[in-house]
Amino acid sequence: MSLTDRLHGVFVDALELPEGTDVENLTYRGIEQWDSLGHMTLVAAIEDEFDVQLDTEQVIDMSSFKVALDMLRGLSVDE
Amino acid sequence: MTLFALDQAAREARLLPELVELTEHHRARSPEYARLLASLGHLPGRRYDRVADLPWLPVRLFKHHVLKSIGDDEVFKVLTSSGTTGDVSRIYLDKEAAGVQQKMLSATLSAVIGTKRLPMLLVDTKALFKNRTSFSARGAGVLGLMNFGRDHTFVLDEQERPDPDAVRDFLGRHGDQPFLIFGFTFMTWLYLYELAREHRFDLSNGILIHSGGWKKLVDRAVDNAEFRRRFTADTGLRRIHNFYGMVEQIGTTFLEGPDGGGLYCPEFADVIVRDPHTWAEVPVGTPGVVQVVSTMPRSYPGHLLLTEDRGVVHGVDDGAWPGKRFSILGRLPRAEARGCSDTFAEAAA
Repeated sequence: MSLTDRLHGVFVDALELPEGTDVENLTYRGIEQWDSLGHMTLVAAIEDEFDVQLDTEQVIDMSSFKVALDMLRGLSVDE
Repeated sequence: MTLFALDQAAREARLLPELVELTEHHRARSPEYARLLASLGHLPGRRYDRVADLPWLPVRLFKHHVLKSIGDDEVFKVLTSSGTTGDVSRIYLDKEAAGVQQKMLSATLSAVIGTKRLPMLLVDTKALFKNRTSFSARGAGVLGLMNFGRDHTFVLDEQERPDPDAVRDFLGRHGDQPFLIFGFTFMTWLYLYELAREHRFDLSNGILIHSGGWKKLVDRAVDNAEFRRRFTADTGLRRIHNFYGMVEQIGTTFLEGPDGGGLYCPEFADVIVRDPHTWAEVPVGTPGVVQVVSTMPRSYPGHLLLTEDRGVVHGVDDGAWPGKRFSILGRLPRAEARGCSDTFAEAAA
């Protein structure tokens, strides 16, 4: 599975997104599920799935699906 | 990198021009603020030689005035202070301000917890977040700090009873490495300290960040020194940092130094203690009303605020970190706080 697809799956599971959500264009606080509490769940799920540790700055900066994707690429997670 | 490195002279030199610029920025964008300044006799182009000479607003004004320096369509978040309905401060943030305040809180706390997210013990209950769309001020406070940790573990169960098993399990997983503890001061004392002492938990690798005032602990005769002493003696916890901040100056955090000798100001902030009758700055060692100064607020004119807290500066450039070293002594009596605001209103009328 590609990195994008895996991240897509993590978002859907962690934020309990309804089917048909435009996941790849999601932004923080853009939908009710991705509020500050959802953000905590999402960060933990990303760390588990990709075996990475995000620092505080990265957690705060992760403001969209695209930013999260770039961040994982920056951490050299396999595509 | 630490934000606690500027001595007082360097801080004053840096803050003064930035605060003058901010005052003009808010004057140009907030008609309400411009009107207040004009009525106080602070007209455009006035020269200021000291930060203490710049015009400040009583924090109470944010309860009754719409003070914002952004357009209605730019409002991203409205923060409210705790208080009874109708008597809360309203603080307007645009997207940029919301991001900056999180970043500055992070940069400030990194002085004591580093940039890695440590395993985190929260002296509170998950039940805070039961109603997802409406958190209490306490819930919002806890949530704001959760960004700094991982494997969040709550000390209280959903019925708000201490949960020794949860703490024991957490310490089993993480107790041999640095870990983070956050709680409101009185809860940390009532729940974590008592629990740790009773169960002989070893908190020696912990870094405690706590806030919220001592009022609820007064009848237990616990002040800051006693709090630190007993945590260290009975649980091994040594790294303890109280902090002070308010929603009206969100993102600006005054942090207790490593030796517990008082609160310190990050490099973009300062405090001025004033005489409640003359408003003049009082000498070191004399208690008064605390004014908080910060270059962070750009979306609302909260850069120079007179709080309703009493405080005292213990010393300048004489502690573990440079700059002013101060303590908060408690809230002003209600009548006196209203008096400050009334005096201001008269002057502004």
